[in-house]
Amino acid sequence: MDEAKTAEERQGPVRSDAAPRRPEGGRDGGRRRRASRRSDPGEGGGTIVPPQSVAGRALVSVVAIMCFLACLAVGALSVVRDAARDWQVDVSREATIQVKPIGGTGLEMRLARALALARDTAGVRSARLIDERESDALLEPWLGKGLDLGSLPVPRLVVLELEDPATADLGGLRSKLAQEVEGAALDDHAVWAARLRTMAGAAVLVGAVVVALMLAATALSVVFATRAAMAGNRDVIEVLHFVGAEDAFIAREFRRHFLALALGGGLIGGGAALALFVVADLWFSNGRGDPLADQARALFGGVSIGWGGFFGVIGVVAIVTALTGVTSRATVLGHLRRLE
Amino acid sequence: MIEFENVGLRYGTGPEVLRDLTFAIEPRSFQFLTGPSGAGKTSLIRLLFMSLKPTRGLIRVFGRDTSQVGRADLPGLRRRIGVVFQDFRLLDHLTTYENVALPLRVSGRAEASYRADVVDLLEWVGLGERMHAMPPVLSGGEKQRAAIARALITRPEILLADEPTGNVDPPLARRLLRLFVELNRLGTSVLIATHDLALMDQFDARRIVLADGRIEIYE
Repeated sequence: MDEAKTAEERQGPVRSDAAPRRPEGGRDGGRRRRASRRSDPGEGGGTIVPPQSVAGRALVSVVAIMCFLACLAVGALSVVRDAARDWQVDVSREATIQVKPIGGTGLEMRLARALALARDTAGVRSARLIDERESDALLEPWLGKGLDLGSLPVPRLVVLELEDPATADLGGLRSKLAQEVEGAALDDHAVWAARLRTMAGAAVLVGAVVVALMLAATALSVVFATRAAMAGNRDVIEVLHFVGAEDAFIAREFRRHFLALALGGGLIGGGAALALFVVADLWFSNGRGDPLADQARALFGGVSIGWGGFFGVIGVVAIVTALTGVTSRATVLGHLRRLE
Repeated sequence: MIEFENVGLRYGTGPEVLRDLTFAIEPRSFQFLTGPSGAGKTSLIRLLFMSLKPTRGLIRVFGRDTSQVGRADLPGLRRRIGVVFQDFRLLDHLTTYENVALPLRVSGRAEASYRADVVDLLEWVGLGERMHAMPPVLSGGEKQRAAIARALITRPEILLADEPTGNVDPPLARRLLRLFVELNRLGTSVLIATHDLALMDQFDARRIVLADGRIEIYE
């Protein structure tokens, strides 16, 4: 069929004979163009999937809640990971020499020798002897006040501050102590550091699992919402098929619809989480004297999520939105394949 | 253009609602499809439009056996067929303009390339001033004309219209019939399903009469 010719042919008779209310202008192109301008249709890109639906609003709420929780998990993860790293650095930057009393004499001399060896060790910034008063104070919470600790074989401590835990010659110090100071033992806090690493790793793993579960729940919600939307828009899909729409077009329209919903929900949830972090950070920062704030500050050093957590929140919103797009498209295509 | 050979159709395990249908719709032909209510006119149109598959027999659309047509090829074939539904099937959340432009939009064309054509066609069918209106506020006749415009906008090779005058008054029905006749004169094959004898009497055309699931053709 010659389309151009057909169009030209059709214009005349249809307009002259059959139009129920033929607009003025006849065949005159200029007048017709003016008529077209008078009735400018505007943008013709209205969303093919009806924008408002109960399922759509429910999905926005679900995505917002899931995003909020996932962002909280990411933020909490960021705070715990930073705190664990700080603890680990603090613990690793210190070492302790423990000197046990042997036979009731010579302890002070052995302590002085241990202190001297520590100060001569490469990588040790400073070494300090914990005197008797400090030792008593350390034991007081466990043994109580008023005890004569002088009668007990209480070990004495030398605390070392290291410049760099990686380069400090603790191995050399340990062997010298073994050779020259009887009853001395070096504790480089490796056990504590390993436990902190394990704890931080476990926290990261738990957080990652929580986030993964949230994303899985969000994906399932999207599947159900998409199916509900497909069922609710059966007529729309049928009409689209009748006018020659390909499955990819229909899937694209539904994906666009759900991407907009997910982005809205994600921004609400992510924004709420960020706002909560900012409020919590301000409260912890300004809440000096408040026992809870003081305890949290002692544990975590603050609840600021930092840039890592901030980008983590943005990442969660982006992942949720992308996941929604992929899930809705796959669901729509699967649904369409089953239709016919 | 479309050929039926011993076509039968049943829904589920029920009786055959269409039996032994053998006929063809030729290029540039005009025919009425008639019969009592419930005779299967809409089912036959759905077969013609490939939205139903026959339970037996052979249907060829534009030379292709529909049983061999894959999902990917269906849209291309359907774009060559215009359909006017008895219940209009307009999308209520789109304007009249957007409804009429829908077949062009789904084919991937940019709006700027078809805007003038859609506006012109809307003016031709008398809906130039109603292009911003949503279908729920259109009258039955306006909906019918919008549905017809949507079916015509792609310049289909064949037009299938299911009771296109069922919701309009006699004068408008006559004008719509003239529209179909002119369309046919310009080369489009037309099949109008109707049980309106007065409408059929206004134009001498082939009649396909459907009764008890079988057809009789009066040339």
